[in-house]
Amino acid sequence: MSEFFTITVLVATLASGIRLATPFLLAGLGETLGQRSGVLNLGVEGVMLIGAYAAYYTALQTGSAWLGVLFALAAGAAMGLVYALITVVLHAEQGISGIGIFLFGLGFTDLLFQKQVGTPITIGGLSRVSIPWLSDLRYVGDLLFSHSPLVYAAFLLVPVMRFVVNRTTFGLNVRAVGETPEAADTLGVSVAWTRVATIVIGSTFAGLAGASLALEVKVFQQNLTSGRGFIAIALVYFGAWRMYGVMTGALLFGIVSATVLQWKTLGIVSGGAAALTTMAPAVLTIVVLVIVSRRVGAPAALTRPFDRAS
Amino acid sequence: MSKFMSETPANSTGDLPASAGASTAQRSSTIRRLVVPRLAGLVVPLAAVLAALAVGAVMLLVLKANPIEGYGAMLSGAAGSWDALADTANKAMPLMLVGVGISIAFRAGVINIGGEGQIIMGAISATLVALAIPGTPRVLLVPVVLLAGGIGGGIWGAIPGALKAYAGVNEILSTIMMNIVAAGLMSFLLQDLLIEEGAIRIQQTKRLSENADLPLLPGGTRLHLGFIVALLVALAGYYLLFRSAIGVRLRAVGHNPDASRYAGMAVKRSVVQALALSGACAGVAGAILVFGSESHRLIGEGGSAGFTQSAGFNGIVAALFGGLHPLYTVPASFLFGGLLTGGIELQRETQVPAALVIALNGLVVVFVVGSLKLRSRLAQWVDSTSMDAQTPQSEPDLVEATS
Repeated sequence: MSEFFTITVLVATLASGIRLATPFLLAGLGETLGQRSGVLNLGVEGVMLIGAYAAYYTALQTGSAWLGVLFALAAGAAMGLVYALITVVLHAEQGISGIGIFLFGLGFTDLLFQKQVGTPITIGGLSRVSIPWLSDLRYVGDLLFSHSPLVYAAFLLVPVMRFVVNRTTFGLNVRAVGETPEAADTLGVSVAWTRVATIVIGSTFAGLAGASLALEVKVFQQNLTSGRGFIAIALVYFGAWRMYGVMTGALLFGIVSATVLQWKTLGIVSGGAAALTTMAPAVLTIVVLVIVSRRVGAPAALTRPFDRAS
Repeated sequence: MSKFMSETPANSTGDLPASAGASTAQRSSTIRRLVVPRLAGLVVPLAAVLAALAVGAVMLLVLKANPIEGYGAMLSGAAGSWDALADTANKAMPLMLVGVGISIAFRAGVINIGGEGQIIMGAISATLVALAIPGTPRVLLVPVVLLAGGIGGGIWGAIPGALKAYAGVNEILSTIMMNIVAAGLMSFLLQDLLIEEGAIRIQQTKRLSENADLPLLPGGTRLHLGFIVALLVALAGYYLLFRSAIGVRLRAVGHNPDASRYAGMAVKRSVVQALALSGACAGVAGAILVFGSESHRLIGEGGSAGFTQSAGFNGIVAALFGGLHPLYTVPASFLFGGLLTGGIELQRETQVPAALVIALNGLVVVFVVGSLKLRSRLAQWVDSTSMDAQTPQSEPDLVEATS
């Protein structure tokens, strides 16, 4: 255990925690936006898988990781349109249609991977960008200022998303639609279009989250995300529908996962016990849900479809 | 949720008004009222499957496979021979059990996504029992391990149920987290405490007691006793939901929790009960997956999804397709079990990975829930065109069961 508590190992673990937090954060921010408008998208896991595969396959074929990011964004947006069609236009039950999207993403990416690639071939990924001056700082430089561009993007999006939700007209509409769609509708805000917009943006974020994961591990496999999308949804509850709350949760989960990985590498925990520690984030989520559920209210119209006619 | 609950085939079996002296026009409209919603209840899910298969055909074309050959291979793989049919039935069993459980939970207004975890915990507790009392005679041990499976899954369902009822925790999230916890626990046990002793450390238990093997049914196929168990559970689920006082309470709570509370029903207890029963059904499926398998052990190879065959999710598909009715879940499970066995043949014949079936299942879910609105519109249209403007009972079987 003592070798874990050296400053170099701790810095490396925390830095890896920040990297592992990135997919959670990106997916969580997108999901928060959607839920603020009253739409629960349980399909995040499936969209992440599709985004991850799109990024992986594009990078493999073209050698350009950035092109992969672009395709992941497009794939995420496309899945968002599909989900919007099902839940906003057809008023489908959100929880269950999300599971449908998840199953589709799980099967579809596995199908494409087995057919188009077959064996896991490593890709280049995005090279780390060291911020001049700052990255030279001792420990802090390694911890905060030498990451992949997507890591910086994810954390910069936190204040941006907060500003959008709290300080812009669009954000006001989103919140109104999520709390009292009837009132918003009376005031001339289109509930349907607002929700379509949040779903598509949120789903694009989920696609990007998948890309950040695939470009970080530089490989694809069946069920690459292994529950990260679902945890990202739980993080929205954890963060009480606030962007910074989601960020705190994502960091916590990233660091817990990184610690478990580091312990495994250092041989502090054995294979069996390591399997047991993979449960830690899930148990933590349940505990947090118990604490959070009573205290803070979800958007009032969450999971409630809006029908003008009724 | 209430909209979702009411659009089910069971609701269209309303009593026929006495039509002894009715005119021909009235009678035809009565028939139409009775038949068309029923047809809509059947046609819409079937159309959803056809739509999913059509999208699947496009996917096959893109992957440069002939869809007709592909689907032909699936059909012969699923139902081409008695052996194929038996394999389909074996794949249908866990779907049926999970599906019955899902019907109970969804009807009570509780969305159980935790089938995977409940299957795993059922399998683990059944395995532990078989390891503890291996010498027990078969007539006793088989029912005991199945029961242990039900209890294990039931407890795993009751936990999120209690969290929802008494702490207000969203059950969709908690059941998903319980899946991850169960998968971690299984992986731990199979790498550590329950691993087969020997030189090669594969993640599996030793061969469990032969006395716990589910006997094969006569006929020379691989069909085993689990099939009878699954059918009995489906029947029991039907009686519980539609012919018992508990069922009336569960469905009332699902329909309108506030009114149920006002009527003096124990809403919180109902939520826990529904999830526990739902988990118990999935737990029995877990036990059947262990003791009905050809290896007769709990195997961790391929991760937890390798063991459960994703039945916890696919069972939701079967239940939705069966209109959340335990008895209709039986044919629905055969359909999706057939897709699973057919998928293996598809891979063998056309080199298209069987993962296509998972994608198809996702599409079926999306199309089925997406078309519920359409189904209710269709039912409304039938109501408005019928001559007698009497509104059909929204919950006829509720009345039936109480009288």
